[in-house]
Amino acid sequence: MPTLTYRDALNQALREEMQRDPNVFLMGEEVGVYQGAYKVSRGLLEEFGPRRVVDTPIAELGFAGIGIGAAMAGLRPVIEFMTWNFALLALDQIVNSAAKMLYMSGGQIPMPIVFRGPNGAALQLSSQHSQAWEAWLAHIPGLKVVAPATPADAKGLLKSAIRDNNPVIVLEGEILYNTKGEVPEGEYVVSIGKADLKREGRDVTLICHSKTVTITLKAADALQEQGVAADVLDLRSLRPLDEAAILASVAKTNRAVVVEEGWPHCGVGAQVVDVIQRDAFDQLDAPVLRITQADTPMPYNKQLERAAKPSPEKIVAAARRVLYLE
Amino acid sequence: MATKVVMEALSPTMEEGRLVKWIKHAGDAVKTGETLAEVETDKAVMELVARADGQLLQIAAAEGSTVPVGNVVAYIGAPGEKIDASAAAPQPSAVSRQPSVNPPPSAGPQPSAVSRQPVPVAAPIESGRVRASPLARRIAKDSGVDLRLLTGSGPGGRVVKKDLEEAVARPATAAMPTVQRSVPLPTPHVTTVPYEDVPLTQIRKTIAKRLSASLGPIPHFFLTTEVDMERAAEARAALNAQLGDRGKIGFNDIILQAVALALAKHRACNAWFQDDHIRYWNDVHLGMAVAVEDGLITPVIRNADLKSLTQIGAEARELAQRARARRLKPEEYTGATFSVSNLGMYDIDQFTAVINPPEAGIVAIGTITERPVVVGGQVAPRKRLRLTMSCDHRVIDGATGATFLQTLRQMLENPLAMLL
Repeated sequence: MPTLTYRDALNQALREEMQRDPNVFLMGEEVGVYQGAYKVSRGLLEEFGPRRVVDTPIAELGFAGIGIGAAMAGLRPVIEFMTWNFALLALDQIVNSAAKMLYMSGGQIPMPIVFRGPNGAALQLSSQHSQAWEAWLAHIPGLKVVAPATPADAKGLLKSAIRDNNPVIVLEGEILYNTKGEVPEGEYVVSIGKADLKREGRDVTLICHSKTVTITLKAADALQEQGVAADVLDLRSLRPLDEAAILASVAKTNRAVVVEEGWPHCGVGAQVVDVIQRDAFDQLDAPVLRITQADTPMPYNKQLERAAKPSPEKIVAAARRVLYLE
Repeated sequence: MATKVVMEALSPTMEEGRLVKWIKHAGDAVKTGETLAEVETDKAVMELVARADGQLLQIAAAEGSTVPVGNVVAYIGAPGEKIDASAAAPQPSAVSRQPSVNPPPSAGPQPSAVSRQPVPVAAPIESGRVRASPLARRIAKDSGVDLRLLTGSGPGGRVVKKDLEEAVARPATAAMPTVQRSVPLPTPHVTTVPYEDVPLTQIRKTIAKRLSASLGPIPHFFLTTEVDMERAAEARAALNAQLGDRGKIGFNDIILQAVALALAKHRACNAWFQDDHIRYWNDVHLGMAVAVEDGLITPVIRNADLKSLTQIGAEARELAQRARARRLKPEEYTGATFSVSNLGMYDIDQFTAVINPPEAGIVAIGTITERPVVVGGQVAPRKRLRLTMSCDHRVIDGATGATFLQTLRQMLENPLAMLL
């Protein structure tokens, strides 16, 4: 199986889907001539031409709205945001138009559109450009939200997102784009709504998604050295949420730590904990703990930024607490 | 702050209780130990008593409603005290089976009906909630371990899975209340030790395992004998003539006493199977199955081997009567070391009874009928009784049960043998 970067896996998914369906097109800032701010769209303008790889002005609300109109007219747009921090400007279109079109048209107008781009913190981009928006987006009925952590999942989930007849949010990551992994060639799709057990253990369930999968796997390695075997469950899809996978793992381990990049208040982890306390109450031997970004704007200072982010050390400490080892 | 009155577990297996009647009403002054309400458990009608002094501020469960154990049924506090709104929120799990209604305001307390002793409950809930993880609670429930007897190793003394696993792995001692249940002894006993625990030998373990596997969970076998009751009938007639109007002795009383005395001579049959050991009882606590309206219950005659025929008779009748009225207290229907089931009054010739675990045996008593038997070479009509003993083969082997039945038969055929 070829080894690809996350960025090239996304590129492969876009290319294959554009070859497969002439209604698929890509639109966003710098996606054409510049080949993408993160080079995800490399070679696409050359192959598919300017009608299907469309450079836009710096106007998120506008091109999100044009995409929605195109989807209403029968096309399958993929809208790239340079980062999700910039997509805040487009939230009115995403939340009020894309998410509600099928519902408010009485089922007459499907909305096969993808909004994608990097989410969460990279390195020293400070408060306004280091934000994780999944809790905001997964909150909205009418949207699907996926957050692939590996190149293979990035390819498989983006292909599923493009083929889906509902608006799908694809959350990528600046520091994920260069990560490498084996990616199946050709037709490879990952169903939306299925979590993936990235590592199997019996003692504690570590639940994570997107960039936190990497640090959680590191935490699991450290725990293994201490004799603790962890289940590492990558949610992959935040809406719909794979509740069955969460409950199956907790039923096995009787304890859980939920990790996410975002802030703690009303976070994705809060939703996961709700599922666990409601449907696995009698399985729990300890309170479920969460590891999140510190409840502050992201500091620019390097040391403070490191202190604010989730880390393997924080996950290990939480796992030891739910195991009553601390 | 107002004290919550919760539905207490008034029997070992109680999960919910039906509020039969409120004895106290909102506004009444109550003292610790006073009866607040009558509650029907799965086994009997019991009294729910106050665990705080003050005024009954509010009743939260109507008469006739069924309330899960642990749910609030009322509040006690200072007169005029407000009940915390969140604490007073309705509990969705309380199921009212009747559409009513607050209790009638003027029914008034009925001290005469209430003056019985407050029912002793194994451990009052007021002593503080046990801190335990939900998983630990579930394991405790499934394995019958009393959480209150465990020391939690978690934060703040929380009982967690590990503590349960250790407790379950330990030999059945401190953490197993079902074994440790203290049985009130109404009469002094000749031995100071009520029982002796004998660890299972390897052959006993193998027997237990093999027989359980073949016919489980309790490997029953059955022994039947036919007893000549002519002399017992004569003895009964003579004793009743002597007693006159001071009482009446029934065949059942004679059989109960004979079983108790035979058990005292055959400790091997007066035993509990306890997974990794057998508990051989020196005390004889005789259970007697009593049919009640919707099932049966087995009240216990304590130290039956030390009681006179008239004592046994009086106690048996009193217990049976209260059993049918569902007025037995938990300690009156638990802790039997052996049981007797009598269907003679239904003209059943013989039957097999099902063992009541952890007891190792039960004797099923049929009806006394006249049958033709050969006596001294002649066929003669004789009063005959068939007894069938069900034995737990993990404890009692064939010959062990047979010798017990032999003793029992000798005592019934020659009641003077009971004096030996």
